[in-house]
Formats: sequence, structure tokens, C-alpha cells
Amino acid sequence: MIGFALNRLVSLLASLIVASLVVFAAVEIVPGDPARFMLGINAQPDTVAALRAELGLDRSPVERYLSWVGGLLTGDLGVSYTYRSPVSEIVAERLQVSLPLAVYALVLTIVIAFPVGMLAAASRGGVVDTLFTGATQLGIAVPNFWFALLLILLFSVNLGWFSAGGFPGWQAGLLPGLRALTLPAIALALPQASILARLLRASLIDTLSGDYIRTARAKGLSAGQALRRHALRNAMIPVFTIIGLQFSFLIAGAVIIENVFFLPGLGRLVLQAITQRDLIVVESVVMLLVLAVILVNFAVELAYSWIDPRLRNPS
Amino acid sequence: MQGPIAATVITFFTAATTVAAQAQRTDAIIGLQLEPPHLDPTSAAAGAIDQVLYANVFEGLTRFGPDGSVQPGLAASWTISDDGLSYTFQLREGVTFHDGTAFEASDVVFSLDRARAEDSTNAQKALFAGIEDVEALDDTSVRIDLATPQGNFLFNLAWGDAVMVARESIEDIKNQPIGTGAFRFEQWRRGDQISLSRNADYWGEATSLEAATFKFISEPTAAYAAMLAGDIDAFYSYPAPENLAQFERDPRFTVLSGNTEGETILAINNQQSPFDDIRVRKAVSHAIDRQAIIDGAMFGYGTPIGSHFAPHNPDYVDLTANAAFDPALARELLAQAGYREGFSTTLKLPPPSYARRGGEIIAAQLREVGIEAEISFLEWAQWLEQVFRGYDYGLTIVSHTEPMDINIYARPDYYFQYDNPDFQALIETLAVESDPAARSALLAQAQTTIAEDFVNGYLFQLALTSVVDAKLQGIWKDAPTQAVDLTGVRWAD
Amino acid sequence: MSARLLIGLGLSGLFVTAGLVSLLWTPHDVANLNIAAKFAPASAEYLLGTDHFGRDILSMIMVGARTSIAVALLAVGIGMLGGVPLGLLAAAARGSLLDDVVMRFNDMVFAFPALLIAIMITAIVGPSAVNAIVAIGIFNIPVFARLVRAGALPLWTLDFVLSARVSGKGAARISVQHILPNLTNLLIVQGTIQFSLGILAEAGLSFVGLGAQPPTASWGRMMAESQTMISFAPHLALIPGLAILLTVLGLNLTGDGLRDALDPKSRSGSQQGSGRAEL
Repeated sequence: MIGFALNRLVSLLASLIVASLVVFAAVEIVPGDPARFMLGINAQPDTVAALRAELGLDRSPVERYLSWVGGLLTGDLGVSYTYRSPVSEIVAERLQVSLPLAVYALVLTIVIAFPVGMLAAASRGGVVDTLFTGATQLGIAVPNFWFALLLILLFSVNLGWFSAGGFPGWQAGLLPGLRALTLPAIALALPQASILARLLRASLIDTLSGDYIRTARAKGLSAGQALRRHALRNAMIPVFTIIGLQFSFLIAGAVIIENVFFLPGLGRLVLQAITQRDLIVVESVVMLLVLAVILVNFAVELAYSWIDPRLRNPS
Repeated sequence: MQGPIAATVITFFTAATTVAAQAQRTDAIIGLQLEPPHLDPTSAAAGAIDQVLYANVFEGLTRFGPDGSVQPGLAASWTISDDGLSYTFQLREGVTFHDGTAFEASDVVFSLDRARAEDSTNAQKALFAGIEDVEALDDTSVRIDLATPQGNFLFNLAWGDAVMVARESIEDIKNQPIGTGAFRFEQWRRGDQISLSRNADYWGEATSLEAATFKFISEPTAAYAAMLAGDIDAFYSYPAPENLAQFERDPRFTVLSGNTEGETILAINNQQSPFDDIRVRKAVSHAIDRQAIIDGAMFGYGTPIGSHFAPHNPDYVDLTANAAFDPALARELLAQAGYREGFSTTLKLPPPSYARRGGEIIAAQLREVGIEAEISFLEWAQWLEQVFRGYDYGLTIVSHTEPMDINIYARPDYYFQYDNPDFQALIETLAVESDPAARSALLAQAQTTIAEDFVNGYLFQLALTSVVDAKLQGIWKDAPTQAVDLTGVRWAD
Repeated sequence: MSARLLIGLGLSGLFVTAGLVSLLWTPHDVANLNIAAKFAPASAEYLLGTDHFGRDILSMIMVGARTSIAVALLAVGIGMLGGVPLGLLAAAARGSLLDDVVMRFNDMVFAFPALLIAIMITAIVGPSAVNAIVAIGIFNIPVFARLVRAGALPLWTLDFVLSARVSGKGAARISVQHILPNLTNLLIVQGTIQFSLGILAEAGLSFVGLGAQPPTASWGRMMAESQTMISFAPHLALIPGLAILLTVLGLNLTGDGLRDALDPKSRSGSQQGSGRAEL
């Protein structure tokens, strides 16, 4: 177990190093001079040069890469070119939106998916199953930003229950904050819930056909009892894998939804930073997102191998 | 049973609204499209910095009034020497910065020296190029010497890039702006809002508002919903003209439609073949239906122009007839120039919707006369790199929002690369001319020259459309500069 | 043929046909703007009405179908061209360092959110349909690599492969001659799923302005452009959204139906969703 974990840890570190090189190189070749962008169309060349020197853009790429990675390791993400304040502060501010949104969406995903998946599995082939399977089929096919527009049209423009976007900040109180995140979380959760429900249904059906369930049924448990007491636990392994992956997706992949609802989260930050050529922010945020995904995958892999020792030796 | 309950409920609500109506509001939340990158107006071009801070937090020696006129600011008065080379400013007394330090002549010297220094990062450094020396005569008077007489030096000093800052607070100005204005900076929640509060020690008239918040909403849908929901009291420069008709019909709102200094042009790369042929440029101008662009891209808001000059300026000459919509003439001109079969070019569009939507319409109009314009959407950084600095474009659309900027046509290395020595001489004469009548004649000649050379396709003057709560008064209708001056804003009784 | 497959083929066939027909004919020229006719309601002339530039929405949908299908199809092509050889290689070298490197490469590509890749590419070379194809295509590579490796591993232990090895055939030849043909069904099914994901992804990219550029019509951009008009002309945003929904639904049903038809063992559809990678 420890050997396996160490092995995985080494390849995780290798992945991170390669990823940092890829991110830095990609950002380096993005055309567009941050200094020129900030000074606008009437600026004179010597002004631009002065600003480049101030931002440290006149150093060599190798120097900048090393100081960036060095900073990453010590938690110092550098100073944003445009905002002129520490990137770590800006990221922390944005995480206050992105992280709760991801958690909220994940909770909704689970709350929707479990009943749907379980009921569908319990009534396999029946009306409920057909209905739910059809609904999840639709849920998977819906583009989430379009669904977001529908939610805005219905709940903001027509009913006026929720605001169409923006975030009041947590200091405005927990409820107003959650309210602002509700529509975005629903928009994010629907397709994910559909995926999870389908997976859960399939996984339950697989385990329900297993021998020990038949034994349990023979001992007189009802189908529902058998499902709850035995099948659910065994069906959980693949389900938790997917939930882990979905969480990293929800943190990293909410860019479009954050844009539709104008939420000041990480996704918006990275989009803005790219358009403003705030390279240091782009590098750091992308790297953090990649790190998050890699870590979640790592954790899932470890948990998996702990549950199922056969996976430790994949040959 | 239902009657009494309903009546009670109604009474309750009426009472509640009456109370709300009686409590006079003393704060205002203003929506803006763009968030400032940082808060130093003297070291970046971003108009959003001026929108939040100009006249509210920072003041200059002179300032722009709502009509664009130059008015006294921190300088109460001034005298100009007979040769026009020396300006002596008398500063207001008893002015303090928000950190309590006094505003004195030495601050003027510091501010202007900093702006024109070798390592200055002032985006409009050219404004200060003619300054030879700045000298404090005593605590409240300053003399500025110029190398050559400048017709609009007082105008230059009114820009947001020329506001007064203090040595004591310059270090952290980008996050903690300290000025002399009627509002102090309170807090900046990045990605969301900036809040200001009334400056109790202000030298001038106290503001009616006690607090003001600027909320940054770039998403047009979000702006629309926030306005309807009452989350914001005014949206300055509302981003989606397609919704304005609806706001105009709604009695809760007023739609302000005013002038900007934004000449929106179809810029042409004058050095690139085939645009180096005046007949081709003329053909492009005649192929464009300005009204269709204003209707289609701006939903009717905007004034057609025929040269690079604002129609609300007293020296404006109407030259729209010079480039009237005439596709047949355009085709004929192209044939004369040897492009009977038309040609292909690029049309590079920056993000604003006037450019993106306008570009699609223009591409379709050009196609009618045989010009195939391949559209590409660029971000501003890419636009600056490719178009502005790299001259790598055929056509582009952009609104030049700086006031009185016809002199850019005298810069042969400016991105449309118009090189006309006569025009350059004209602008030089204008720069040192201070007689109003002579200036007016020179400006008319300048407008006519570039229109008749068909340097660019002149489309329309950008309209400033703001949506304001019907009870909120004093928001500037026009935009003589990038500013949302809140000092005169108040709630009606 | 199951009802599911029939519905799926019908829906996706409809949009594929619409896209193909648009190459030859559309009711109106979508490059032709007619500002005077903007926001026209549905009529005999404009079956679905017109947009803010007075363009015929039905014609836009037809051309948009073509754009979506082309982008998604090419992205699947890239994914297969890159992923299948990688997967075969990893399976042939199973357990070795090479296998490990290939699979770690896969994990790494997976770790980069697809939209971020697309945004970075766009920031470097500017937005275009080609960009969208490359970004989605890159994301497809590890999907196919994993699938092929997983499908190929058990085959290597089968008798007919073993006998081919005994007869002296190299690993590369065995992979192409014996392993690959046995993976065709798997590839067709996953290809269909990735195709539908590609359509969703293309819509997402062009919704944020990173996909095909005007005057090429695209469903995602149609929605983005009409977002502010949703209060008075909601159909402008609803129609392209429905087109995406129906196309993706059709392709998903086709994929499921094909899986059942080609591989009766996996009737429960347990693969559903696991291959879905989102933006």
C-alpha cells in the first residue's frame, strides 16, 4: 500500500513539473504586451518600456519561470500585473465564490442523482425507470449554459425570484449569498446529476444481479431492502470515483456558467486575466486548477486501491 | 373573511412603502461595464479608472464641466503671460488630501514632475511634453513654463491623467487612492465593486450623497436584470442598446442619451495595397450605409459623421454628404482602380459590440460591392499588438474616445498610417494658435482635408446611453471625458 | 433495430441532412443582412422568423448544423488518430515504463480543463473553428487511448493473438492486424459519444466567442448574441439551444442503441456517462 502510494506520488510530482512547464511555455507565447495593453493607444514607447521594467517583464523567461515556481512552492504567487496586488489574495477572494459554488452544485448533484438512480434501478424496466432514464438522457444532452439561460428567463426575468447574476458577497449574509449561487448551481448540477444517476442505476443493477443479493432475496428481504442494505454499498465504489472527478470538474470547469451569471469566481478571473494579459495570474490560476484535478485524481486512486487491493498491481 | 385580511395586508404594505419613500436615500449604486485594473489614474489608460475616481476622489488644477468646458479645479484662477509661455496658477486655500496632509504648491510640482519624468508610466505623457519647468512660487501659487505656446494647455491639465497626487501617499496609490476630492475611497472588492464615502473635510460644496458604490457588471444580461431588480440605481453607459426601448417605456427609469467624444470609424490601413489608392478608400466610404449600421448595431443610438470630429463641438462641419451611401458609385470607383472583380481584405474587430455588430454589417455591405472582408474577432491586447502596433490589418473598427483628437492624423506612424505633410503643417499651426476664430477655421480645414482624402470610413459618433432611476438626478448626460462625476448627484424628494 | 436506435438515428439524421443540404441550398442567404427586416416573426417567408440582423433563423440553424458537425467530426478524427495508436502501443508494451508514460500523459491531458486549453490556444492564435477542433481533438486523444488500451489488454491473452506471436509476428503487426479489428465496435460506440460531446463542446466554445467566426453561423454564437434580447425575443436563444439538445440527444441514443446492437453483453449501459467529459 505504501509502496503504491509512493509510486503514485512520484508520478504525481512528475506530472506537476511537466504541467508547470507546459503552462509557463503556453502563457509565454501568448502574443500581446501587458504593458502596452495597460497604457493604451496613446502611450509613447519609452512609457511602455518604463512599465515593462517596473513589472519585471524585461527579465529572461528562464529567470521568470524559476522565480514563479519558487514562489509557487512557498505560497507566494507573485503580484498581479493589472490589479497590482498579490495573486494569492485575489485567488483566495475568488475561491470564496468558486469553492462554495462547486460544493453547492455537488450537493445538488447527489441530492438529485441518488433518489433518481435508486428508484430507476428498483423499478428496472418499469414506468418510473423509463421516465427517469428518459429525463437523464435529456439532462445529459442539455448544454448547461443554455439551461442557465432558461433558468434566468424563467426565474429572474419572468418571476423575479432570483437575481440574474452577480454575487453580493458573504458579508451580506449566508442566505443572500446562497441565493445568488442557486441558479448557477442548478445549471451546473443538472447534467452532472444525470450522469451520476445513470451510473448509479447501472451500477446498482449490476450488483443486484450478483449472487449475494439473490441469497438475500431468498432469505426474505424485499427488493427495496436488498437494494438499501447490500447493493448500495457495493455500487458505491464506481459512484464515488465519478463524484471525485465531478468535483474537480465543478471547480475547474465552471468558466462558462460563471460568465453567464457574472460570478466573481476563478473561471472569470482567468478569462479576464487572459484578455488583460495578466500573465502571472493566468499561470498561477491554471496551475492551481491543474493541481486540484491531479490531487483529486490521486486521492480517488488511493481510496480505490485501498478498497480494492487488486488495483495496486495493474498488469 | 377575505376582505378584512386583504385590507390589512394592503394597509400594511402601503404603510411600509410610505415609510420607505419618506426616508430620503443618501447612497447610490452605480453600474459600470468595466472594472478598473488599479486605482491610479496617472499611470494607466484604462477609462474605468477615471470613471470611478475623476472629480470624485482626484482633482486636477483645471477640470471638465458636464458640457466639456474647462473650469477651475484646484486652481482658483490663473494668469497667462503675453507670449503664452508662462502660466501662473493661484491654488485654492485650505485644501487637504484624504490622509490629512495639506495640498500645496509643492504637490503640484511633484505631480507634474512625476507625470513627465523619464521613467513615468503616464499613458498620456504627450499632454506634458511641452512643459519646460514647474516651479512653486509660494505655498499657493505655481508657475508652469512652456517651450512653445500651447493653444489648449488648460484643456490638457483637465484630463484625468493630470490630477494632483501627493508624495506621501504615492506608494500605495494603486490600491489606496488618496486625493483631494469630495469623496474618499473606502473599499474595493475585486471583481465586484468599489465604495466611496463623503469627504467631510472637502474644500468645496458638500455632496448630497453620503456614500456611493460602483458595481462592475460587464455582462449585458446581468446589467439588464440588475437594473430591473433595483439592485443598482443607475447604469452609466448601459451595454445593451437593444434593451433601451423597454427602459424608456418604463416609468421607473429615465434613459439618458448624450454625446461622447467617441468618433467610431472604419479605420483603413492607408499604406496597404489596395487601400493606398484613394479611389479604393473612397469606394469603401461610399459602400457603407451608416444608418443601417446605427440601426443594426446600436439600435438607433448614434449620430452619423463624415469626418473625425464630434458633431456637438461648435467647430463641427457636417461632411456626411461627402461619403453618402452609393454602392453603384463604389463599384465604379473600384473598377476605375482596377478592381472590377473586387478584392479580399481583413476586418479585425475589437470586443465592444459597436465593433463586433458593426463589423458584421459592414462586411455584408462591402460584399455587395465586391469587397470580401474576412472578419476576425480580437481581444484588446491582440488588437493592440496586431492592428495598432503591427499595422497587420486591412480594415478595423474602433471608437476614438479621446476628446479633440484630430491631431492623430498628423502622426504618420499612427496605425492608419496617413502621411500628408500639408495636414501635419496644419496641425502644427493649430497647436500654437490661440485666437478662437482662427482656430475654428483651421479645425474646419482639418476636418475637410481628412474627409476628402477618405483616410478612414467615418461611421458615427458613439452615443452615451445611461439608464437611471427616475428619481436620481444629476448624472451627466454627456461624456466630455471618461468620468462619472457624483458630486452633483442627488435623490429627488 | 431498437426504438431507441431508431429515434436516435432519426434525430441525428435530420440535423446531418440539414447541414449537408445547407452546402447547396438554404431558404435565405445567411451572409445577407437585412436590417429593415430584423426581429420578423415566423411567417411563410421566414419559417422561424429573423434575428437582430434580419437573417433567416432557419437558414442559420442549417448552416450552424454544418459547422457543429464538421468541428465535432474532425475533433473525433484527431482523437482517434492520436489516441488509437497510443492505446495500442500501451497495450502492446503493457506493464513497461512506456505504458506508464503513455498513461501518465493521458492523466495529464485530463488534468487540464478542456475549456482552458481552448482559451489558451485562442489567446495565442486567435479564435477560429480550427482552434475549437484542435482543442476538442486534444481532449479526445486520452479518451480513445484509454479505451483502446483497456479493450486491447484482454485480447493479448487470447489464443489467436498468442498463436500470431508464436508465428513470429511483431507487436506492431499484431496490433494492427489482430487487435484493432476486434475493437471496431468499441470505437464506433465511443466515437458516437465523443461526437455528441464534441457538438456540446463546440457550442460552449462558440458561446464564449472562441469558436467559428462570422459570417459562419454557429449555434453557440447565435445563443450568445441573442442573450441580451431574451426579454423580448426569447426564441432567438431558444431555437439554437433546442437544435443542440436534439442533436446531442439523437447522437447519445444512437450511441446507446449501437452499443446494445453490437455488444449484447453490456445491455445495462454501465458505460454511459463515464466517457462524458465536459467543458
